Amino acid sequence: MEEILRVEGLSKTFTLSRKQQKIEHTTNKKKVAVDSLSFTANRGEIFGLLGPNGAGKTTTLRMLSTLIHPDSGDAWLDGCSVISDPEGVRAKIGFLTSELKLEDFFTPNYLFSFFSQLHSVPEEVMKQRKEQMFARFGIDKFAEVKVANLSTGMKQKLSLVISLVHDPEIIIFDEPTNGLDVLTARTVTDYLQELRGLGKTIILSTHIFSLVERLCDRVGIIIDGKLCVCGSLSEVCDGMTIEDRFFEIYKQQKGGEE
Amino acid sequence: MNNNAQPSEGTPVFQQTERKGNTMTIIKKEFARFFGDRSLFFTSVIMPGLLIYIIYSLMGDGIGKMIEEGSNDVVAVSVENMPPSLAPMLTSIDTNISFVNTGFGQPDIDKLENKDLNVVLLRFPANFDSIVASYDPASGAPAQNVEIYYNSANNASSRVYTELTAALTAYEDQMSNRFDINRADSEEQLFDCATMDDKGAMIWSKLLPMLIIMMLFSGTMAIAPSAIAGEKERGTIATLLVTPMRRNELALGKVVSLSCMALLSGISSFLGIALSLPKMVGGAENVEIPFNYAFGDYAALLLIILSAVLIMASAVSILSALAKDVKNAGTMITPFMLVIVFAGLMPMFQSGVPQNVVVYAIPFYNSIETLTAVFGHDLSWTAVIVTLVSNIAYAGLAVWGLSRMFNSEKIMFGK
Repeated sequence: MEEILRVEGLSKTFTLSRKQQKIEHTTNKKKVAVDSLSFTANRGEIFGLLGPNGAGKTTTLRMLSTLIHPDSGDAWLDGCSVISDPEGVRAKIGFLTSELKLEDFFTPNYLFSFFSQLHSVPEEVMKQRKEQMFARFGIDKFAEVKVANLSTGMKQKLSLVISLVHDPEIIIFDEPTNGLDVLTARTVTDYLQELRGLGKTIILSTHIFSLVERLCDRVGIIIDGKLCVCGSLSEVCDGMTIEDRFFEIYKQQKGGEE
Repeated sequence: MNNNAQPSEGTPVFQQTERKGNTMTIIKKEFARFFGDRSLFFTSVIMPGLLIYIIYSLMGDGIGKMIEEGSNDVVAVSVENMPPSLAPMLTSIDTNISFVNTGFGQPDIDKLENKDLNVVLLRFPANFDSIVASYDPASGAPAQNVEIYYNSANNASSRVYTELTAALTAYEDQMSNRFDINRADSEEQLFDCATMDDKGAMIWSKLLPMLIIMMLFSGTMAIAPSAIAGEKERGTIATLLVTPMRRNELALGKVVSLSCMALLSGISSFLGIALSLPKMVGGAENVEIPFNYAFGDYAALLLIILSAVLIMASAVSILSALAKDVKNAGTMITPFMLVIVFAGLMPMFQSGVPQNVVVYAIPFYNSIETLTAVFGHDLSWTAVIVTLVSNIAYAGLAVWGLSRMFNSEKIMFGK
């Protein structure tokens, strides 16, 4: 098995505003979102980061995609460091989250070409991929419709397609099925499996147990910014369902505090 | 397992082409957005010029109408004790006055309250001519009083009052005239030795620099917030930031495209003013202010304007990148605009342009002063070059700052 992602001691602390302190019921000005996280992922697998809301999943993925900088630690994606070669990292990955929006004014056709250019995709390849991807997700009929006029499901499918214009080796997906209707969610999860079949590596975050069971080869459980357990699905589950196992770990982790 | 995952062969479907500059890609996208969105183009380019033209023209027409109104209406003037010496002069001042020699009393004066009556009542003292002739101003006794009753709310009545007052004042001056000042004995004799060109240059150099800078700035203000703060607010900037594009390419692309759009919007406003100004000043006056500038002046003008737009677009871009959303950007830009207005007013309160070259390194102020120099026929290429070089340097600095900001998670993603 070939290692394609290595995360070493990644940490991130946020400064809380007064308002945020009130919401979190704390007088601490600092909040450790990610606490020296280390794990690896192999080429051609789906790796899941499982954890409750606020556990630090999104922060981790945003550090991996170089949108935010770690306070300490580093991560290498297909050999590129998020610290020393963020542009190299961005060329290797496709990052998708609901926070990344597409400009309402443009059409899928224009956006696909625009982002292909930013990723230096050759013209010929771009045309071919556009045709293929648009057909795969049923965007072809809406290729000239402005994003503003697309249905929510179509917008999400387009976001997925746009994040993959450059056929990246690593796909980082924050909460892949959040906010999707059942049909779109199914399309997306099917496609992730298809990508794995093509040898792509997928790193996703989720709080949905069934999604982990159905998709992930390996999983890391993250609670309060710390990675509690990491391994193949069967190793982590240890004969239990992932849900039971998660709550067992959660109790162990939180037990001391309550 | 090795410590650092090394780049591997993998199974890439294609080889990425050599990394090209993305600045042009960004500029093209901004242009596609700007020119493709008819309502955006209309509100930021067509409308400013059109609105200014319409408003100024209407104001000009309004003023013209106010002046003209009542100018052709016939006014009945009742004159009590018309002095024989004045009768020929008074009856010739306006063909639209019908004089009636008659006495009048309080009831007639009361009737004047009705503003629809085109009436003026003029009362001379009896024996006006002889009293005036024998009057000695040195005696200290009060002078004779001529009474003119009129209604200022009636344009015609008011007009005739002004005409009568002017005629009588002139008559009085003529009686006691001891000397004249600058009486031209022929049309060629000019006492003001400034050439018409210099007079024009003086007017343009006070008026145009501020106008140009203000128009360019309002153009920038109309466009920049939505291009950067708007992208932040809508979450579309993050989508750009996860591509391999360098931050400085994004910053440069934004600043250059915004400068072009701001220039267009500024030109539109300027055309609006230039075309409506003659109407505003009023064609009736027949004032022709000469506008004579050489090729060098125009070249300097163009260069200064381009560099000024560049520096404005970069400054507004920085503010707009700092802002949370478009609304916040507007609030942040307003104080900055006041500074620009203040700098724009400076030439009005000073004579000549500063000679110290260092002054031309002060952003915004330098553009105003060099524009003033160009319009005032006082062009110094040293000043222009210092202005251009410093403006480009500041813009470069701003682009660098902006790319740092695009890289800052606090600024880009801070809530």
